Amino acid sequence: MNIPKDLKYSASHEWARIEGDTATIGITDFAQGELGDIVFVELPAVGAKVSQNKPLGTVEAVKAVSDLNAPLSGEVTEVNRSLEGTPDVVNKDAYGAGWMVKIKLSNAAEAANLMDAAGYDKMEKHGH
Amino acid sequence: MENKTPFYEHHVKAGGKMVPFAGFLMPVQYQGIIEEHRHVRSAAGLFDVSHMGEIEVRGPEALKFVSYCTINDPAALEINQVQYSAMCYKEGGIVDDLLVYRYPEHFFLVVNASNLAKDFAWLQEQSKGFNVTLKNTSNEVAQLALQGPKSELLLQKICDLKLSDMKFYWFGTGKVDGVEMLVSRTGYTGEDGFELYFDIKYAGQIWNALFTAGKEFDLRPIGLGARDSLRLEMKYCLYGNDIDQTTSPLEAGLGWITKLKKAGEFNGRDVLLKQKAEGVKRKLIGFEVEGNAFPRQHYKMFKDGAQVGEVASGVFSPSVAKGIGTGYIKAEFAAVGTPFQVEIRGKMVPAKVAETPFWKHSSIKK
Repeated sequence: MNIPKDLKYSASHEWARIEGDTATIGITDFAQGELGDIVFVELPAVGAKVSQNKPLGTVEAVKAVSDLNAPLSGEVTEVNRSLEGTPDVVNKDAYGAGWMVKIKLSNAAEAANLMDAAGYDKMEKHGH
Repeated sequence: MENKTPFYEHHVKAGGKMVPFAGFLMPVQYQGIIEEHRHVRSAAGLFDVSHMGEIEVRGPEALKFVSYCTINDPAALEINQVQYSAMCYKEGGIVDDLLVYRYPEHFFLVVNASNLAKDFAWLQEQSKGFNVTLKNTSNEVAQLALQGPKSELLLQKICDLKLSDMKFYWFGTGKVDGVEMLVSRTGYTGEDGFELYFDIKYAGQIWNALFTAGKEFDLRPIGLGARDSLRLEMKYCLYGNDIDQTTSPLEAGLGWITKLKKAGEFNGRDVLLKQKAEGVKRKLIGFEVEGNAFPRQHYKMFKDGAQVGEVASGVFSPSVAKGIGTGYIKAEFAAVGTPFQVEIRGKMVPAKVAETPFWKHSSIKK
């Protein structure tokens, strides 16, 4: 399972790449694999305020739908519009071209609530 | 602890993602549901359906008994013909849907995996007073479904039956790769295809023989995910979603297999006759939704602000590239084209009753 070392992870299988006061957010390789073929990603508008662990969008696969939760609180500064036409990019490149939103953090200290790669790997192996 | 079918190791080797289903560990997908779905519509796919239940009914009153327990008319079957049917409780709810195979002297019933124990106990209970014997052969039988427009050409390479002579919903007993088995022109995908039933000890041999013969047709293993999206595009019912003990066959659109005028008594007849005379209050319809929202089981259906139904099955349809579903809706809103809304995570999404099947280009040879 692909779990990059430079990212932070939520218990609901989102990842965050924190660079300064901005975080790029997506779902993990494990999450995309569990969902299967992703056919639509519903993302918030730029400017939307999001809160840690609260839904900010949805990810629709052929057979299942899942909330996309915000791993961190802040304001949406950018959304990945290319997913509108090619949502399956999330299946192919969950940590790269399959990123979903960027947010300007309102409380950088919240990062302490997230797991590092080792912590996420451990959680996943315990079947959560 | 889940059971394993005799093909478990083959699924794992082929990259199948194994999940618990109906008491078995089964592959939900290999390469991805959409790709597998399209492959069955255009070429050929192999499904392990060994988890299904098989029951033999023998004895002088086998026909009378099967007729008493099912709503279709097995007396209308010729020898070597297959019938899609359902079993009803006396109250009209559905015990299970099934396939009925007619042999010269006996019947062979194929029921849903998740219902096998319930069905067998129920059949045993019903058999009191009939001169029949029932045998659950599920643990001895391996079952594969070869589906897709290239199925006949593929199977003919290793089968000694003349498949071009076999019509849809007929079967024969012949050899595949030298192994004697039941071969029926049946399946649940909306494509031409065959179901093979054989002794479990030949499972590995037959799996390998099919993939060897299937190389030139790009035969691929297909998981439960595509099985579900394929059957839903045909509006074929799935027990537990579209039908169960609370739904009657007339509500489920299974009037075509409900033979109210057949000879002899059968379970559910009185209730179904009354429903037929009075009309049902709700119907299972097919529908499609607008935009990129997809219906899921138990989502609510609304008309003018009032709830008028509930989604039974829902999926993103790979063939029509839309959200499609089935649902029970009040009968007055069941006409094709009727607009309504589905509540999808708090939003009212426009939908309309659709013509079914959703997939119109079936390769089934009638």
